[in-house]
Amino acid sequence: MSTTPPAAIEYTQKAPTPALLICEHCDTVYRRRPLRRGDVARCARCHAVLERHQPISLNAMFALVVTVMVVFLQANVWPIITLALNGQQIHATLWAIIIMMWKEHSQLVAVLAAATLFFFPLCKMGILGWLLIFGRKGRRAPGFARLMVVLHYIGPWTMSEVFVLGVLVSIVKAHMYFDVSADAGVFAYAALAVLITVFAGIDVRQLWDKIPAGSA
Amino acid sequence: MSALPRAHELGLISCHVCGQVCRDTQVEHAACPRCGSALHRRKPYSCARTWALLIAAFIFYIPANVLPIMRTVSLGDVDDNTILSGVIELWVKGSPDLAVIVFTASILVPMTKFLVIGTLLLSAHRGTSWARRQRAMLYRLVEFVGYWSMLDVFVVSLLTALVQFGFFSQVEPLPGVVYFGLTVVLTMLASMSFDPRLIWDCQDDDD
Repeated sequence: MSTTPPAAIEYTQKAPTPALLICEHCDTVYRRRPLRRGDVARCARCHAVLERHQPISLNAMFALVVTVMVVFLQANVWPIITLALNGQQIHATLWAIIIMMWKEHSQLVAVLAAATLFFFPLCKMGILGWLLIFGRKGRRAPGFARLMVVLHYIGPWTMSEVFVLGVLVSIVKAHMYFDVSADAGVFAYAALAVLITVFAGIDVRQLWDKIPAGSA
Repeated sequence: MSALPRAHELGLISCHVCGQVCRDTQVEHAACPRCGSALHRRKPYSCARTWALLIAAFIFYIPANVLPIMRTVSLGDVDDNTILSGVIELWVKGSPDLAVIVFTASILVPMTKFLVIGTLLLSAHRGTSWARRQRAMLYRLVEFVGYWSMLDVFVVSLLTALVQFGFFSQVEPLPGVVYFGLTVVLTMLASMSFDPRLIWDCQDDDD
């Protein structure tokens, strides 16, 4: 079941050979070559990365997504930082932060934080997981094409790794005045940042090729 | 045709969303056969959109820097911090290395983005073949570092949530941080709407 186009839209034909590759940054056309482990194809004109060898199988990718989900859950449940003053303790979790910003008349910041630190990462993992559950069986998940488009658009808007650095800076800043300690949540976030870096090397677009059409 | 043929010379279009190589049928509203997104030879209205977003971002960047982003109340002492004074405080009292990181994320990166995207737009207008490869690299750099500017927004949010001891100590966000958040989002949108293919679009002395 592919997405059905509105009647007005005319479909162009696919190019004669799927063996062509076009540089996204300068429109140069290349013939695709099989890459070996560790190989990176770069554009001869603008030096942008055309394609990387993708050593990770769909199964491994699924395992990685599940791991990220578990860590993401931890990162959201545990407090990130604890601050103590005169016997009082304040634990901050991600949602406590978002709600506090909303109450303090910075609703826009609250929305930004909720989107980039919670909803977009969650959508990304959820969608990838869904696509891979079916992909492992060699089938395209219901709504495959549409979800792949959604993945493309939310990709740049997940900012968990920036948040990790933010936690570090906040701890140092608050440490000037208070007794602060990093909590379990921050370790989960650190693990998340590492996993995201691993993920950054994976081109999600490969799913188009690795999960063949027509079987859904 | 040069040694490195470009898509339009071969009558091809690559889908901006999924990368599928498609035949250019010259139809008005063509869609990608694989993902269904609209096909464009270049991102539509790339220059106009990028200019608009960049100028809007710059307008918001002024109050973001002039207005304080955070208020620290400590035993009745009120202290308002701007982005720059926050960096200085971190340098003096905390750790200089983190101050450098915050300075890079909050001041250096946004300024670089304005300069780089502005330069890219101007040179794309003039269709010059000057320093193309370097300009392409700058564009990729801007795309890569852009979202790290959100750092300060997250720091203010974290401190606000943490330091809530009423009269003794309190941290409140001030409007500057909202403008700064908007600036970051707008510069990200600006760099996304710029089409790097424009750098290579004039025909003379193709390498």
